Amino acid sequence: MSDQLKATREGFGDEIVELGKANKNICVVDIDIGKSCKTQAFRKALPEQYYNVGIAEQNGAGVAAGMATCGKIPFVVTYAVFGSERMLEMIRQEICYPKLNVKIACSHGGLTPANDGASHQCVEDLGVLRTIPNMTVIMPADYYSARKLVAAAAAYDGPVYLRFTRDAIPVIYDDSTPFEIGKAHMIKDGKDVAIIANGDTVRLAITAAEELAKKGIDARVVDMHTVKPLDVDCVKDCIDKIGKIITVEDHNILNGLGSAVCEVVAEAGKGIVKRIGVQDQFGQSAPYERLLAMNGITVENIVATAEALQ
Amino acid sequence: MMKDFSIRDLEKQCIMLKKEVISMIHTAKSGHPGGSLSAADFVTACYFKEMKVDPKNPRWADRDRFVLSKGHVCPIQYAALAELGFFDKSVLATLRKEGSPLQGHPSMNKCPGIDISTGSLGQGLACAVGMAIAGKADKKDYDVYAVLGDGECDEGEIWEAVGTAHKYQLDNLIIFVDVNGLQLDGTTDEILPHIDLGKKFEAFGCDVYNIDGHNMAEIVATLEKCKADRNGKPKCICGKTVKGKGVSYMENQLGWHGVAPNDEEYKIAMDELDAQLAALN
Repeated sequence: MSDQLKATREGFGDEIVELGKANKNICVVDIDIGKSCKTQAFRKALPEQYYNVGIAEQNGAGVAAGMATCGKIPFVVTYAVFGSERMLEMIRQEICYPKLNVKIACSHGGLTPANDGASHQCVEDLGVLRTIPNMTVIMPADYYSARKLVAAAAAYDGPVYLRFTRDAIPVIYDDSTPFEIGKAHMIKDGKDVAIIANGDTVRLAITAAEELAKKGIDARVVDMHTVKPLDVDCVKDCIDKIGKIITVEDHNILNGLGSAVCEVVAEAGKGIVKRIGVQDQFGQSAPYERLLAMNGITVENIVATAEALQ
Repeated sequence: MMKDFSIRDLEKQCIMLKKEVISMIHTAKSGHPGGSLSAADFVTACYFKEMKVDPKNPRWADRDRFVLSKGHVCPIQYAALAELGFFDKSVLATLRKEGSPLQGHPSMNKCPGIDISTGSLGQGLACAVGMAIAGKADKKDYDVYAVLGDGECDEGEIWEAVGTAHKYQLDNLIIFVDVNGLQLDGTTDEILPHIDLGKKFEAFGCDVYNIDGHNMAEIVATLEKCKADRNGKPKCICGKTVKGKGVSYMENQLGWHGVAPNDEEYKIAMDELDAQLAALN
């Protein structure tokens, strides 16, 4: 983890320009929130591939579906709460049911629009979207993995939901680290506990592993960037080799990464999982770190949970 | 490219498609006859006169697109597709049956000739707008035909989509509103008065044509006008229709939105449609 700070939404904004230049079928469908979601460079560089349909999310999803039937690869761009739940039924009916090649690329996932309050925070999207057949659900942990996963989503023929966040966070990887949809990235191996995290909480997991090492506890750290299709083999390996798993996510503990991991563990019939995440409650206007603390999404809680499992 | 069908031919074709609709829904013992019959004339004019399609190559990139936003009336579209040879007519008897390409609401990945899956009201028009945008971007000369119900225009997404059609100057988009005045729970005036649908579409930037949705000559002439006038404005045809048109006991009846005719009713319907066909011969 480096000292360099960059937001995952910046990774999307930079990568989509490169992808659009290389393939004229790649389009952005903005919903009047492009400045926050980092599509301005695309808008400037590729005006003929840029559409803005106004503050009309449902329409944006439908327009993208129609474009996709004609060979376009549209990225619908908005905040996570609107790009998942406001347009949810359109995603189900017009994008996932026909398995159209539409990407929903959302910034401000989780509690990261902290000062905006609960209306703009989104702690349900990954769970809601992973229950829709044909949908792929991704949340990258840093700038470089965001770029790689945006490129992977563009190359994949089918619906993808990508969740980015607002804040500048530490860069974990570099440009040479490969990322593949559905293939978890092990940041550090360990034998005493497996910490499986995604998005902005991966950095917390890394720091927690460093703290645990000082206490003689050897933690494996996994970046589970793809919530669906989940890397089941990776989870099974954590069960078989370690048996003790902690999941960490900036999402409701219901239906998100923790739940997905629990599904695998339950069917394996062995192993234990402790879920760290949003405690099935709405947020409020407050600093991001405070919102995380209110839900126990902290380095200290990861460390304490890991110790209790030993 | 006008197909070699006279107005009389189209009128006859329309009645034959209506007979298929009644048979399909009777066999399936479920489906939506009322709206299928009210939209039948327009659907016939599209498929048998106006649209460029290739039954042997359903995903032909240069084809005209057809979006049945009021997806529940798919029996009329299925009948047209079968008649044109997109699939064998025997398939029509499988409507709504397990494993059938003819789902209760159209599925683009199951049925050849369906350009987009629909069924949840209010969503088709935005998809049609996306297709028209792609056509403009790719400098293709195809047109996109979208069929909406008047009840469906309660949905807000319809108006979001029309706004987008106006913004992107989609004169390759032809919207047909099947104004039969009835929706599931009552008349459109009872449930959510539209005041004046034509004026609304006009205010949203469309060229609007208010016509008799059962007058084949008027439908064809209007479609020709729409295609001739490439002025940057989306086209909207508000066709005044009768729900259940052509089957006396279904006409203007709320009860025939989503109910299948029994054996006796089936016979009456077929006899009436046969008589109408004979009158045209």
